Amino acid sequence: MPAAYADPSAGLIVLPLAWAAAAFVLGPGRGGGMAVVALMGQCALALGLAVGVMQTGPRVHAVGGWGAPLGIDLAADGLTVLMLLLAQSVALAVAVYARGYFADHAHRAQGLWFWPQMGFLVAALNALFLSADLFNLYVTLELLGLAAVGLVAVGGAAGQMAAALRYLVVSLIASGAYLMGVALLYGAHGTVSLATLGPLLAAGSPRLADSLAAALMLAGLLAKTALFPFHAWLPPAHGRAPAPVSALLSALVVKAGFYLVLRLWLGPFAPLAAPAGPLLGALGAAAVLFGSWQALRTAHIKRLVAWSTVAQLGYLFLVFPLLDSGGQALAAAMLQAVAHGLAKAAMFAAAGVLVLATGRDTLDGLAGVASRLPVTLFAFGLAGVTLMGLPPSGGFLAKWLLIDAAFRAGQWGWVPVVIGGGLLAAAYVFRVLRQAFLLAPPAARFQPVPRRLEWTAFALAAASVLLGLRAGELLALLGADG
Amino acid sequence: MSTGLVFAHAGAVLFVLGLAGGLVLGHLLRRILALNVMGSGAFLVLVGLAQSDGQPDPVPQAMVLTGIVVAVAATALALGLARAFHARTGRTRLDGGEE
Repeated sequence: MPAAYADPSAGLIVLPLAWAAAAFVLGPGRGGGMAVVALMGQCALALGLAVGVMQTGPRVHAVGGWGAPLGIDLAADGLTVLMLLLAQSVALAVAVYARGYFADHAHRAQGLWFWPQMGFLVAALNALFLSADLFNLYVTLELLGLAAVGLVAVGGAAGQMAAALRYLVVSLIASGAYLMGVALLYGAHGTVSLATLGPLLAAGSPRLADSLAAALMLAGLLAKTALFPFHAWLPPAHGRAPAPVSALLSALVVKAGFYLVLRLWLGPFAPLAAPAGPLLGALGAAAVLFGSWQALRTAHIKRLVAWSTVAQLGYLFLVFPLLDSGGQALAAAMLQAVAHGLAKAAMFAAAGVLVLATGRDTLDGLAGVASRLPVTLFAFGLAGVTLMGLPPSGGFLAKWLLIDAAFRAGQWGWVPVVIGGGLLAAAYVFRVLRQAFLLAPPAARFQPVPRRLEWTAFALAAASVLLGLRAGELLALLGADG
Repeated sequence: MSTGLVFAHAGAVLFVLGLAGGLVLGHLLRRILALNVMGSGAFLVLVGLAQSDGQPDPVPQAMVLTGIVVAVAATALALGLARAFHARTGRTRLDGGEE
């Protein structure tokens, strides 16, 4: 069956696995060019899959011709394809950036094993988005966590080791809780397929085992997504890792947890999940305010961007109390996920350039950067425009849809959180810009930075802003869910 | 109570013990062991609950085999990181809160 083997969804998993293994065999620091070429191919595969889903609706691919329950099914619908597109495009930009970043001799030692781990990370992400059963999701979740922990530690410094260990402990506890939920569900219903579990859970009154399983899985996934109050591991892990790693983790890895919560929420857990909606919304609101507040207080550039991730993830969870009121809230969440993914990758890329140029990771050291690195600073500002939610950025449209959904549902209490979070984002972005426009002290020295780093950050930031103009296509893709 | 249910209950107890250890213990090695106990508890529940009616069920056994492979990989990574951390700092615990 040649057609079955040529399916793009299998290629999206096999291709990154192949280049990751090849990069490992090639040896330390090698494999970057191959990764960029392969990621271009993956972008094409994801686009092909997107066109297929747009034209013919959701599709299922049985790997190797062995369907579930014996084999593994890969399912793709609008939500899947959107996340796949985001992951491939951000990973491609980060790969281009990382080639320049680790070519710098100050960072060469940090990037010795970056490429294999990035490949495994991308493969795990793609497999997670395409999985159609709870146990396969557990395996991909664990693989993603291990690759991400390895990437945090890739630099080899003691602080990075500590952050990676802390991340690993949280990650293992979280996936343990998730697995326990899977065990309870399988014991009660005898299946782990998302499609067959839905009707089984909806039939009859909710059982204690089902609710317990849902609670365990939800808690595990929230810890992986770093939703307040499970966020403590994120700022050290994302703040200390090398810039390309931070960009991957903040833009993509935390979104995987959110994607799963959303997937389970809209799918099998829909009958059980209603009472948890306001709770998730409240935690999201707390994350927006607390994360922004911490971003206003920190003295380090990358720490500031990491706290901003905590805040922006909060927005994603504001939609859960609003999902019942129609498709607007889902569109808002997905737009926010995509816009934040692009903007946060841009921001970490720009922050990496700033740290490289000034030689230290503090806001104080930024004075005078505006005249030396205008492109980078412009990229940082453009990404900030998305985070603040100014038009025409993707962030603006996401927040607009969110406010609209809140009014439609009659829950206007969420509106001040959305607006207040935008104002706080403006405050922490301007902390950086204000410092950068100060005059440089006479003793200040700036390292030269490869152009490629500056322009990749700029391209990502521009994409996050221009997303607002092309949002129609993205939302049409979501509509293909049928 | 069938054998399967006994396994499932023992698994639940192990899971809670391991979870408590993973959250409370300070020494990295103890923590890693506790997380292993927690994972094994979940595996026992998975196998035990599925055959609580006395009929063997191959699907959860295949799942647990996969899960054990994943757990071995995770433990290896954790031990490697803990060793590297100890080699750099001489410490065996992660105290000292960061912001």
